[in-house]
Amino acid sequence: MARVIIRNLNKKFDGVHAVKDVNLEIHDKEFVVLVGPSGCGKTTTLRMVAGLESITSGEVLIGDRVVNELPPMDRDIAMVFQNYALYPHMNVYDNMAFGLKMRGFDRVEITSRVQAAAEILGIHEQLNRKPRQLSGGQRQRVALGRAIVRHPQVFLFDEPLSNLDAKLRIQMRVEIKKIHVRLGTTAIYVTHDQVEAMTLGDRVVVMKDGVVQQVGEPLELYNEPANRFVAGFIGSPAMNFATVEMADADGALWARHEGIRIKVPEGIAGRLRRHAGENVTLGIRPEDLRVASDGDTADQSFDAVVEVIEKLGSQILLDVKVGPNTMVAAVEPTVKAKVHDHLRLALNPDRLHFFDGVSQAAI
Amino acid sequence: MIEGARWRRWIFFNLPLTLFVIGLLFPFYWMVVTTVRPDAELYRPWMAPNYTPFWTLHPTLDHIRYLLDETLFSRWMLNTFFISVLATAISLFCGLLAGYALSRLKFPFAGSLGTGIFITYLVPQTLLFIPLADVIRNFRLGDTPWALILTYPTFLIPFCTWLLMGYFKAIPRELEECARIDGATRWQAMVYIVFPVAVPGILSAGIFAFTLSWNEFIYALVFLSSPEQKTVSVGITSELVRGDVFYWGSLMAGALLGSVPVALIYSFFVEYYVAGITGSVKG
Repeated sequence: MARVIIRNLNKKFDGVHAVKDVNLEIHDKEFVVLVGPSGCGKTTTLRMVAGLESITSGEVLIGDRVVNELPPMDRDIAMVFQNYALYPHMNVYDNMAFGLKMRGFDRVEITSRVQAAAEILGIHEQLNRKPRQLSGGQRQRVALGRAIVRHPQVFLFDEPLSNLDAKLRIQMRVEIKKIHVRLGTTAIYVTHDQVEAMTLGDRVVVMKDGVVQQVGEPLELYNEPANRFVAGFIGSPAMNFATVEMADADGALWARHEGIRIKVPEGIAGRLRRHAGENVTLGIRPEDLRVASDGDTADQSFDAVVEVIEKLGSQILLDVKVGPNTMVAAVEPTVKAKVHDHLRLALNPDRLHFFDGVSQAAI
Repeated sequence: MIEGARWRRWIFFNLPLTLFVIGLLFPFYWMVVTTVRPDAELYRPWMAPNYTPFWTLHPTLDHIRYLLDETLFSRWMLNTFFISVLATAISLFCGLLAGYALSRLKFPFAGSLGTGIFITYLVPQTLLFIPLADVIRNFRLGDTPWALILTYPTFLIPFCTWLLMGYFKAIPRELEECARIDGATRWQAMVYIVFPVAVPGILSAGIFAFTLSWNEFIYALVFLSSPEQKTVSVGITSELVRGDVFYWGSLMAGALLGSVPVALIYSFFVEYYVAGITGSVKG
């Protein structure tokens, strides 16, 4: 068990600056997820922690030791790869025992550890099989088992579930969470799937273009995104954005655009007032929109035309046109709407997000 | 498989395949028939009433007996075997390390080094033997097996290196990375993980190298002169063709026996060999 500290970490590949000044402190027993689109530097960061990629500048500490110059074998970590990386010429038992053999554990200890891990993962009946005889899910379990038997200080996961089908992915996600709760080993998990990030992580690190955008607990990212990128990346369906003009009129602050005229609630009007006269980005999550009823006031609702209806069962997603903007509203499954219907959508004024028109940082 | 009517399969698949196989195997059949044909039949003119070119009614082992008793054939076999095994071992060893380094390690000029090795393979042996003859003479290796053991790698190492390099590149990098995280050094990861996974590739490189050395002719012809040092390919053609007299029966017997080891090796390892050429590693 150990904490991992990353200080001013940078990586440059032949002129490409892949990771820029990443700072991160991962506490003992914490499960941290790095998430972001392809090429955001999350995997490179993980590989630098693992020692598979050299560090251009900055420091990585595991426990309280700077590991920059240590080879992977001396860092006391275990890694699970996207393509499982099982040794194809060894059976499941030998795959799991390899790391222990390399470290000179005695035979009895190796057997008991492998058996225990196989028991946890439910693969004790496959110990004599070769990897090619296993299903995708079983292979992933073996890869997990190979990490578990070592009792390392840190688990590193590099998109371990990406090769599995959707149903199995959800199942294995739960399993990884259970294993973490049971073993309490510090874990760093890389994924491009924000649902995985939200469900697994104690804290989530959102990255883009090699830069950390925000670090926080899942709900913190969801409720208080630091910028427009995080707001759009976290949450499904994604947040709706519209460029609006802030205008001070009639003693209140208004967010205006074609088809939209919303009164900014008093609570946040204070810090938005200095943007009066400027264009800012308004963000509304689909779940914060609903079909307006008689009680809704005109300054917290707008007209929309239904374009597409997606019935998910528990809710209905309405793709609507609001002025020139397209938005998605997640409404009650009881709503009866048809394509081309005109309806009025009300929003939850306490859950509006505003982002600076230039820097895109949250206001 | 070809879809469609039965006649279509016969015309486009079975018939050409049969012709192809017959065409390929006929020289071997000719070799066998000539080996067991008595001299009287061998030198019978084609207009003779009992001329039977494709079979013989009086098979004999005389030619084989002559080959084994009256010539140094068994010595040549031994020479060839010794030379081929050692040349293959040297080339495979160098090829493994070079192929691994070129496919996995980052070092300056790795790319140009790989190309350089490939270019040496492209220099034809028929040119290279001239300078090599000088080298062999300077080291006083002429007329010894070492003349061949040390010169065969000049074309075997580039060949093995390139074949293995391609094979190593097809092995997922993660396997090795995982082994190194698991506690193996780079060397251990190579020996315990990469090499075992690459066995089909290593075997096919070895078989190829062995076959090339076994069949090699020009270096053996130039660098060896005394009959007891010769290899099979040179021994047969130089000792069984005297002046303009061809000892056809023994020549063919020598060719037949000389190709047996290679044929055996191929048939044993054919599955590995095919996997090595098509190069697939499944995780």
